[in-house]
Amino acid sequence: MSTAIEVLDLRKKYGEYEAVAGISLSIEQGEIYAILGPNGAGKTTTVEILEGYRDRDGGTVSVLGSDPGTLGIHGSAWRNRIGIVLQSTSDAAELTVAETVHHFSHYYTKPKDPDSVIELVGLSEKRDAKIRTLSGGQRRRLDVALGIIGSPEILFLDEPTTGFDPEARRAFWELILSLKAEGTTIVLTTHYLDEAEALADRVAVINAGRIVEIATPATLGGRHLAKATISWNEDGKTHSKISENPTEDVLELAKRFQGDIPELTVTRPSLEDIYLTMIEGQK
Amino acid sequence: MNTLRLGLLRGNIEIKQFMRQRESVIFTIFFPVLLLFIFGSVFKDTIAPGVTFSQYFVAGMIASGLVNSGFQQLAINIPIERDNGALKRLRGTPMSPIAFFIGKAILVFLSMIAQVAMLLFFGALFFHLHLPHSGALWLRFTWLVVLGSACSTVLGIALAGVIKSGRGAPAVVSPFVIVLQFISGVFFVFSNLPSWMQQFAALFPLKWLTQGMRSVFLPDSFAAQEVAHHWEVGRTAIILVAWLIAGTILATRSFKWSRQ
Repeated sequence: MSTAIEVLDLRKKYGEYEAVAGISLSIEQGEIYAILGPNGAGKTTTVEILEGYRDRDGGTVSVLGSDPGTLGIHGSAWRNRIGIVLQSTSDAAELTVAETVHHFSHYYTKPKDPDSVIELVGLSEKRDAKIRTLSGGQRRRLDVALGIIGSPEILFLDEPTTGFDPEARRAFWELILSLKAEGTTIVLTTHYLDEAEALADRVAVINAGRIVEIATPATLGGRHLAKATISWNEDGKTHSKISENPTEDVLELAKRFQGDIPELTVTRPSLEDIYLTMIEGQK
Repeated sequence: MNTLRLGLLRGNIEIKQFMRQRESVIFTIFFPVLLLFIFGSVFKDTIAPGVTFSQYFVAGMIASGLVNSGFQQLAINIPIERDNGALKRLRGTPMSPIAFFIGKAILVFLSMIAQVAMLLFFGALFFHLHLPHSGALWLRFTWLVVLGSACSTVLGIALAGVIKSGRGAPAVVSPFVIVLQFISGVFFVFSNLPSWMQQFAALFPLKWLTQGMRSVFLPDSFAAQEVAHHWEVGRTAIILVAWLIAGTILATRSFKWSRQ
């Protein structure tokens, strides 16, 4: 596998405020890479530098072999290979879904078929609806359609599922996984930890402009090594036990109850628990 | 796809969006016609032998039409499109910025033609506007329209770059345009204005456009009533070209795709 994005010691200041204070990361081709962090952590600034929207104050950046900060006349050829789904937009209100997706397909040299993209994001029934009549979630799906219409090699998604109902989110995840299956590299910023867990191959947690940790969702913050909590009901009371070897303990309990253990749960810290501990620890 | 074809596609999208916003259609195209009827009906005095104020006013409104469709429309709509993310989204695609500006120019040009055609039609029908009677005058009319719209377009884009928010744009742009109309010989006869005001107005293109349009639509004898006692056609061309060059430089420097 080769590297799609390489960032070394990236820095960006707004006045005296250091929004990005030395971030380094490397994203492989074909992986889904999630960037997590609280509001104001520097996620959007970092991603917008990668997308070529913002200048940086220091560090080196390479996206598909080019520096997004100095594209010049090569910008068009470079943008032909990337797809961007921005945070909330409200443009093109008077156009229909189909008009917009068809129009954007003309910008790219190897676009996907606009009608199948509309189908893929689940907007077929709304294809002739004016954009201003779409719900928040439908609008977001249109944003995604416009992000993928050019068959991008890298797709940037900035909080893509904000405003989705649970069903639409599941459908969206399927869509992202199908793009990954086609070989698309996906950079995702999100507030939803279950989303990162369901999609990401690796997660970078950013806080106060710095990387806290980069790991797989399963191993972030030593999560795979964390102890499990076993709880059950005995004599009408809830008992719980922190266990280093939950399988053995459950078998023992089963022996004691001679079969069914009432209200048994075995939990390990969720990605959210781990994440919140990490962010807290930073403060 | 090449830039020119994309520019035409952008023009098509711009026109669709424009036509579907009823307020913008009314504001840009019908409002000048409404003003024409109000002013043309109220002020019917003869201001020189064979020239009524309404004829004078229609010539001025045609010049204003170029300012409305280019300068006013772009200086208001570009900040709105910057706020709602339209420009940022386009910037993230391979579409060339040149295609974007071709699209805007097509929108300006077509809405200007619609507006000028309405003013000519109603002006001729109700307010004794005389259409140009010679090929030479039609030619002058054409270059005034082309140069005037081009100036108006680049200056609209330039001003859009310094306007902070879409919501505030009309409040900045409209007074600008209205004041220019008052001092440039649209609502008042230019030669009746105080001379300091005339000199100030002469710094801006609208004064030259109204004068140019009068040279097309009013009898040649009226030239004697102008401040300089002739039409100053050559000087008008030079000043418009100078504004076009300055406006293009300002526009390319001030244009921003997103708010930051």
